[in-house]
Amino acid sequence: MPLNYCLLVLAAPVSGHTSLTAARFGAALLARGHTLERVFFLDNGASNGLASAVTPQDERSPQQAWSELANTHGTELVLCVSSAVKRGLLDAAEAQRHGFPAATVYPGFTLGGLGLLVEAMQSADRVITFGAAG
Amino acid sequence: MSTTADSGVLVVTRHPQPGRSLARAALDTALATAAFDQPVTLLFLGAGVLQLLPQQDSAGVGVRNLRKVIDSMPLYDLEHYYVDAEAAEHFGLTAEDLPSGAMLVDRDAQRSLFDNHQHILGF
Repeated sequence: MPLNYCLLVLAAPVSGHTSLTAARFGAALLARGHTLERVFFLDNGASNGLASAVTPQDERSPQQAWSELANTHGTELVLCVSSAVKRGLLDAAEAQRHGFPAATVYPGFTLGGLGLLVEAMQSADRVITFGAAG
Repeated sequence: MSTTADSGVLVVTRHPQPGRSLARAALDTALATAAFDQPVTLLFLGAGVLQLLPQQDSAGVGVRNLRKVIDSMPLYDLEHYYVDAEAAEHFGLTAEDLPSGAMLVDRDAQRSLFDNHQHILGF
């Protein structure tokens, strides 16, 4: 039976491989015919959407891994707005509001409130948290 | 808040504050869920019980006092929450230290909470 999943990502992309594991989990469940409508990035997880992060050439870019899910399957990638702006992740509107010259959010990611997590949990059969280590 | 089967979301908070922003994220998530009138239960587990310490003063380190947020939870209809009894004892928290909404739960009761919620968010 196909299930509707929601992922909550709390881990920063630079603090281990949790974020990449989460993205692979997302790709795997989609490959099995399940749906993944929304991934919510909270706390340190919000830095997964940083456009100016440079990944070493022999490593996989978490930004790209996530954005592939958005491009291929239409999965919404939502960064918690308060977690994001605190960490310097700004979309065009937030950049303008706070007087910064450019947006810093990777294509495919959007900023949104915790209500979007609440909404996703309501319609999800499974919510999986990819937490911070320790 | 309710403890019957499939009763919504269980938010489990396992880390103290200050020192990590995760504790704040857990409380925000619980409050947001309650603000949208969705059933939510909050469980302070392990070192997370230290968030409940009275007379916290975090001004010196420049972060928000989480106990104030916890004390404001009744405004969001989050009047009761569960606290790991073993951890509270381990960290020397007495019933007098705990806010009035705190309900101590042993391992069996914690297991029931994990069993009886549709979704579990681990912070």
